[in-house]
Amino acid sequence: MHYNFNFGLIWQHFDRLSGGLLLSLELSVAAILIATLLGLALAIAHVSGGARVRAPIAFYVECIRNIPLLLLVYLVFYGIPSIVNLQYSAVTSFIVTLSLYYAAYLVEVFRAGLLAVPRGLLDAGRAIGLTAPQRLGYVRLPVMLRIVLPSLSNTFVSLFKDTSIASVLAVPELTYGAQWINNNTFRVIEVYIIVTPMYVVTGYVILWALRQFERRLAVR
Amino acid sequence: MSSLEILLRALPSLWSGLVVTLEVSALSVGCALVAGLLFGTALLYGPLPLRLPVRTVVDVVRGIPVLVLIFFVYYVGPAAGLDLGSFAAAVLALSLFSACQVAEITRGAVASVHHGQMEAARAIGLTFRQRLLWVIFPQATRRFLPPWINGVTDTVKGSALVSLVGIVDLMLAIQQVIGRTYRPMPFYIVGAIIYILINYSLSSASRHLEARFAYVRD
Repeated sequence: MHYNFNFGLIWQHFDRLSGGLLLSLELSVAAILIATLLGLALAIAHVSGGARVRAPIAFYVECIRNIPLLLLVYLVFYGIPSIVNLQYSAVTSFIVTLSLYYAAYLVEVFRAGLLAVPRGLLDAGRAIGLTAPQRLGYVRLPVMLRIVLPSLSNTFVSLFKDTSIASVLAVPELTYGAQWINNNTFRVIEVYIIVTPMYVVTGYVILWALRQFERRLAVR
Repeated sequence: MSSLEILLRALPSLWSGLVVTLEVSALSVGCALVAGLLFGTALLYGPLPLRLPVRTVVDVVRGIPVLVLIFFVYYVGPAAGLDLGSFAAAVLALSLFSACQVAEITRGAVASVHHGQMEAARAIGLTFRQRLLWVIFPQATRRFLPPWINGVTDTVKGSALVSLVGIVDLMLAIQQVIGRTYRPMPFYIVGAIIYILINYSLSSASRHLEARFAYVRD
């Protein structure tokens, strides 16, 4: 292999990678918050509502889960402004898309969790005179959280990895930073040698932190 | 030109894009199945010198975005003296990514088979290969199928990313048609419907398969 490694150029532009990673994390946090709230609300509606509520939620979940994220990203950023008079930045557009995409996955996660809460606990809540909102807030949601946390952690890490797709809208996150350095210095092997561990380590740190949280919540 | 006419004129481009998407997906799913089963078996039964590198590759590949893996194989391949061409590079990247998912699914499915089965098979004198092929894998199949089909639809969706290294699949065909017609929304929706049809038929097919293989009730 005739290739002379030159990491100097990478370090010279390292701010694009570190700043990119920071932006990836910011995108992740924003999307996780919105997707979790939306997913939870839809899951509660699905579990407690009638067929008229369930059908549109199921339709939304089926559609979103079967479309590539890349197509949705394009659709929201280029498609929607072409038919309605709306203007938004690439970052806003991407956060909205990623949230809508992952909310569809989270609806399924939360729904399974809500259904897995033992019937007896809810009956016990009723027996001691809790109102329906109290049963939801004090009994059903806390127990559900403990059940769904493992799959929730995995979904959040997938979401973090999918922030890489923001690079197609020229959002300067980590993958865009890598592409920029690649296009401007041609040090392609070096840049991916640096970027790969950045993604892997961050992903595992997120997973590790959520596992710690799971252990704190576990019933002792 | 009416909208219908525009759509009709775009159909040949969309069709050839769809064929490429199906080719990329089918090749990747096939390669990933073979490689993933081998990786998974290596993780379960391989000696440490084999298990360790496979574990490392699986964990690293599962830790990076598919998009980064595609760029990695596409750009680093030629720089490292491995000139693949964009189609082969994209299929290789997608296959590698799916193979690592398949490896984990295989590991989980095999681990769900009671260890008494392996011991019984050993007791009646089956060789290692016979034990795997006749006893363990057939029983692991029903645990393997549901997550694997999910993985197949993920691969079909992931195949849209190969458009970013210049392969004219359905996604890039849609982009090109939009570039010619300046009608983004209708064509994104047409594209979305096509992807939904592909993946929806895959998941309905999987329900039939699962029913067929669910011979053990527990």
